[in-house]
Amino acid sequence: MSRVQQAFSRGKAFIPFITAGDPSLETTERLVIEMAAAGADLIEIGIPFSDPVAEGPIIQQADERALTAGTTTDGIFDMVGRIRQVCDVPLAFMTYMNPVFTYGTERFMQKCQDAGVDAVIVPDLPFEEKDELLPVCSRYGIDLISLIAPTSHERISMIASEAQGFIYCVSSMGVTGVREEINTQVGEMVKQVKAVRDIPCAVGFGISTPEQAAQIARFCDGVIVGSAIVKIVEQYGVNCVPPVIDFVRKMRLVMDQI
Amino acid sequence: MGKGRFGIHGGQFVPETLMNAVIELETAYNHFKQDSNFQAELLELLNNYAGRPSLLYYAEKMTRDLGGARIYLKREDLNHTGSHKINNVLGQVLLAKYMGKNRVIAETGAGQHGVATATAAALLGLKCEIFMGKEDTERQALNVYRMKLLGATVHEVTSGTQTLKDAVNETMREWTARVEDTHYVLGSVMGPHPFPTIVRDFQSVIGREVKQQILQKEGRLPDVLVACVGGGSNAMGLFYEFIEDSAVRLIGCEAAGLGIDTDKHAATMTTGTVGIFHGMKSYFCQDEYGQIAPVYSISAGLDYPGVGPEHAWLHDLGRAEYVAVTDDEAVDAFEYLSRTEGIIPAIESAHAVAYVRKLAPMMDKDKIMVVNLSGRGDKDVAAIARYRRVDLYE
Repeated sequence: MSRVQQAFSRGKAFIPFITAGDPSLETTERLVIEMAAAGADLIEIGIPFSDPVAEGPIIQQADERALTAGTTTDGIFDMVGRIRQVCDVPLAFMTYMNPVFTYGTERFMQKCQDAGVDAVIVPDLPFEEKDELLPVCSRYGIDLISLIAPTSHERISMIASEAQGFIYCVSSMGVTGVREEINTQVGEMVKQVKAVRDIPCAVGFGISTPEQAAQIARFCDGVIVGSAIVKIVEQYGVNCVPPVIDFVRKMRLVMDQI
Repeated sequence: MGKGRFGIHGGQFVPETLMNAVIELETAYNHFKQDSNFQAELLELLNNYAGRPSLLYYAEKMTRDLGGARIYLKREDLNHTGSHKINNVLGQVLLAKYMGKNRVIAETGAGQHGVATATAAALLGLKCEIFMGKEDTERQALNVYRMKLLGATVHEVTSGTQTLKDAVNETMREWTARVEDTHYVLGSVMGPHPFPTIVRDFQSVIGREVKQQILQKEGRLPDVLVACVGGGSNAMGLFYEFIEDSAVRLIGCEAAGLGIDTDKHAATMTTGTVGIFHGMKSYFCQDEYGQIAPVYSISAGLDYPGVGPEHAWLHDLGRAEYVAVTDDEAVDAFEYLSRTEGIIPAIESAHAVAYVRKLAPMMDKDKIMVVNLSGRGDKDVAAIARYRRVDLYE
């Protein structure tokens, strides 16, 4: 079983997202290790990008803070290498095409393999363009995660039939961020996936509270929480580890009760 | 490989949320470009609303002064709303209407595309929202007010560098949130397929007219075409009809800002590398990690870190040449054309005029060059005064 599959083997998965280097790579390193210990099943690490078009203001600002602090892709690979010496939590990079392409796709995926990254999520790489990354990902054993959205409709079966690792279900229209209401039609999207493939479905975009997570998790195999955690990081800066861990524990508790 | 490639460039690098929208747009465009009602309505708008065809003007004084090639100006500045942007916008807003969308959104840099979109939306009865970098709203305050007069809502974009690139980011984000009832009127030959093709087709009227007009006036094709390039829509519109005419040199002028050896420029072809951003593979100003560079030009319309994928391809093929023109050269050309021909060009178009001033004197007198005067300069008068340290409000 791959590490990504393991993430979904213990019941409903909780998947936190943080932006690497916000406010520093040392903090990110501690966060990943401590979140894993507190029960995160898979951790998404955002490689900051100057122009993150799929992100709302909270993660945009996190990317800006990280880049201003001098975070680089090389620094992030080094950090993952250090994390891997003490922690085997499944890890996925979330970034955009340009940081991967310009770094060199081959070099990027090789470093993912060397450092121990299990998957990559690239929101501006749709199904039709996945040949830009997929052959190289396959060569280095990195899962290329597919996304589906409320506007995907008939595309879902096509995407699901070739998906790897898990499917990232975008719960709402628009960008990432904290939302009051979560679209519960996501259950229908998951059903469409399962009609084609038995592959885990994790839902993200907008989920910020344990109550929302509990509500959504009934319809899927895991929930992804980004902006709500990044907001805590923004508020507490280098002292963010205890409050983030507190939040992760609450989420873990809710997931375990479903 | 996905759709809409120009050599290695182009493609459709957009979030899954937008995929059905770009597919729907492509289907609709392919349908309506063959539809006689659509074409008749567009032609009527272009001729009797926008004022096409635009003049091809022989700049006799400028020709004499520079002492070389015969210089013609394609007067896109005389179009309604004052630039070539209206060609694309009438096509796209009409297309949006035929597609049953009731709302359009657009990015704008200098404000020319925003004004054109607000104009077409007012005429065709669609709601309109424009996204403009905060820095540009300050540089082009008059155009902001103009868009509001036309009934559009203008959103100041405060993320990133607060210029054109960030306006595109924000418009894409808005489209992702409201894709069902909204069409994104992209302003240049860039972004994901099918935009580079749609915008090029709607702008190619420029080159088709030039070909007809120059054959009438000179009985032969021009030797050189010159146009400024930000995203590249006026240049693509001029070049497209002539790509097969291999004897015609195609020259695009990018913004060199304070100089390409500084970090204050927007010279994508001269200094950029291949990347994938804003939905397309093309050349971008970026660092070794793929972070998009904060670019600079005195011209808000050329202040963009990328370039349309078809230009990138013409560059790779060596079919078109791309040169860099500094702020200083563009401002000098702005003043030169005003004094010499009594035509105040947009500061964007002044980049092309600046290169003509260098090239024309080196060419024989029987050579012909056509410059795309893509826009008029009224919007820039205050900025040029500031540049020359003239206080208009004393």
